Amino acid sequence: MSSSVERFDERARLEAERVGQTVVHRGELLRHPVYTRVLHWLVAISFVLSLLSGFALYSPWLFRFLTPIFGGGPMARFLHPWFGLFFTIFFFFQFLNWFAPMVWNKDDTRWLKRMKQYATNQDKMEPAEVGFFNGGQKAYFWAIVVSAVLFLITGVLMWFDDITGRWVVAVSYVVHDLAALVMLAGFIIHIYEGTAAAPGTFRAMVNGTVTQKWAWTHHPAWYQAVTGRAPHESYEREKRRQADRERALDDWERERDTPNQI
Amino acid sequence: MANPQTFQIQEISAHPGPVPGQGTQRAVQVCKYIDVTTCIGCKACEVACVEWNDHPFRETTFNDTYQTMPTTEWNYWNLIKFAEDEHDGNLMWLMRKDQCMHCEDPGCLRACPADGAIIKYENGIVDFNQNNCIGCGYCISGCPFDIPKFNPNTKKVYKCTLCSDRVGQGLEPACIKACPTGCLHFGTKDDMVQIAGLRAKQLQEHSGFAAAGVYDPPSIGGTHVIYVLHDINNPERYGLPKTPVIPPSYTYWKWLAKPTGLLLAGLGVLAVFFHRVAVGPRLAQPEDPPVVERQPDPIEAKRKEQP
Repeated sequence: MSSSVERFDERARLEAERVGQTVVHRGELLRHPVYTRVLHWLVAISFVLSLLSGFALYSPWLFRFLTPIFGGGPMARFLHPWFGLFFTIFFFFQFLNWFAPMVWNKDDTRWLKRMKQYATNQDKMEPAEVGFFNGGQKAYFWAIVVSAVLFLITGVLMWFDDITGRWVVAVSYVVHDLAALVMLAGFIIHIYEGTAAAPGTFRAMVNGTVTQKWAWTHHPAWYQAVTGRAPHESYEREKRRQADRERALDDWERERDTPNQI
Repeated sequence: MANPQTFQIQEISAHPGPVPGQGTQRAVQVCKYIDVTTCIGCKACEVACVEWNDHPFRETTFNDTYQTMPTTEWNYWNLIKFAEDEHDGNLMWLMRKDQCMHCEDPGCLRACPADGAIIKYENGIVDFNQNNCIGCGYCISGCPFDIPKFNPNTKKVYKCTLCSDRVGQGLEPACIKACPTGCLHFGTKDDMVQIAGLRAKQLQEHSGFAAAGVYDPPSIGGTHVIYVLHDINNPERYGLPKTPVIPPSYTYWKWLAKPTGLLLAGLGVLAVFFHRVAVGPRLAQPEDPPVVERQPDPIEAKRKEQP
């Protein structure tokens, strides 16, 4: 990547950090700095707007309740390309921001192979090699990269249909739909994994922090890199502390409930 | 667009559920028949179209031809196309009145995603209702004849209506009324096909056009505007496609693959929901409060109680 792009990325990050802030409490780790969080939600908002207005164009007879949100069919048609353009622009910056941690490696391939174990919660803790992003997150990221490129190319071709030809529009339309379906599948999984499937994840994108417990469970290699402690040892230690706490509480209760014998 | 009370609607673009009033009245299939061999290129039909539809005069481009403008426009629905055609050493000056073909299987209607923007009447006329048009331009790419045209000011698409407002009142289209040579005819589809067939036969037998024939392409179920051409084997000489087709994106993809994709997405949402219910969340380890041994199944226990 060119150095001017890198410089811009660096400056934006610093600027975001100067304006915003991330408060890290004891027992927590900084996961997503201000710039990442702002970008994520800009991408998310423009994507959801594109998705909703896109649904209204994808099958209007089914999603006719969505067009009024955007001021009717013609307005939805007018706004959709602009929402999409904003989505690609914001995602481009997120791409620059996240390119380094999203580089694919062998561990990610291994992660994808054990997707079934992951989905069925067979291992309570992730394998030690899982870093800042796991294979699934990286796969979603790269799926968005490919989809965003397809969206942009086919979208522009359909936007300027008076210049492009009849069959260009007809083919672009199918490719645009396919990209949308891929994104939709990823989006459903992304929201689920970010909220209900792994409690403690959503705050990473709101507060910017996660608990250390969350970190060693879901991203052990990252935990080790940041804290310098072995995730499994931290887990055992926490387990001992938990047992100690229970025992102390039991003792205290027993002491309180027994009448004083002198 | 015609008064909805005048015609029975047969098909509505992107419309769920039944079509109101379908098949409740007897409706004859109408058809315009154009005999290109008797066209003299006088453009009376062009003027009549502009007059009847109250279209403004528009600027045009002159490119060394008698043709009024390169293609039909959003406010110029009727255009005689002039072609200087050299074939086997003979020069022919071909003239063809170009307008909407009112296909039996309309590509514009197949492509249209807006409910009720394109309507096909029982009599075969394909009409646009600009009130419902969202201006996406898909109809333009769905049309094999390059007929619908976008108006950048109103962001709506327009095309020839086959004078549905006149036909609804029992009148013939304006272009037919204006034609001085009798090259244009209007009537029921059966009648027009018969007259066109006779004319083609006449051309074959008496005028030396052995390849003369009727242009009524079956690939789109026939059209409600038919031509008699002196060379039916090469309609391209007149600027007509030999086999007009609707892109599969507006047929198989739109009515099969798209709903299937949506259905899969819906199942995906359900799958995610039931994953949470059945498999449960991945909690940070060690869980707090700690996990205890497996509890007995209460229903199984009750069942065992009963002999």
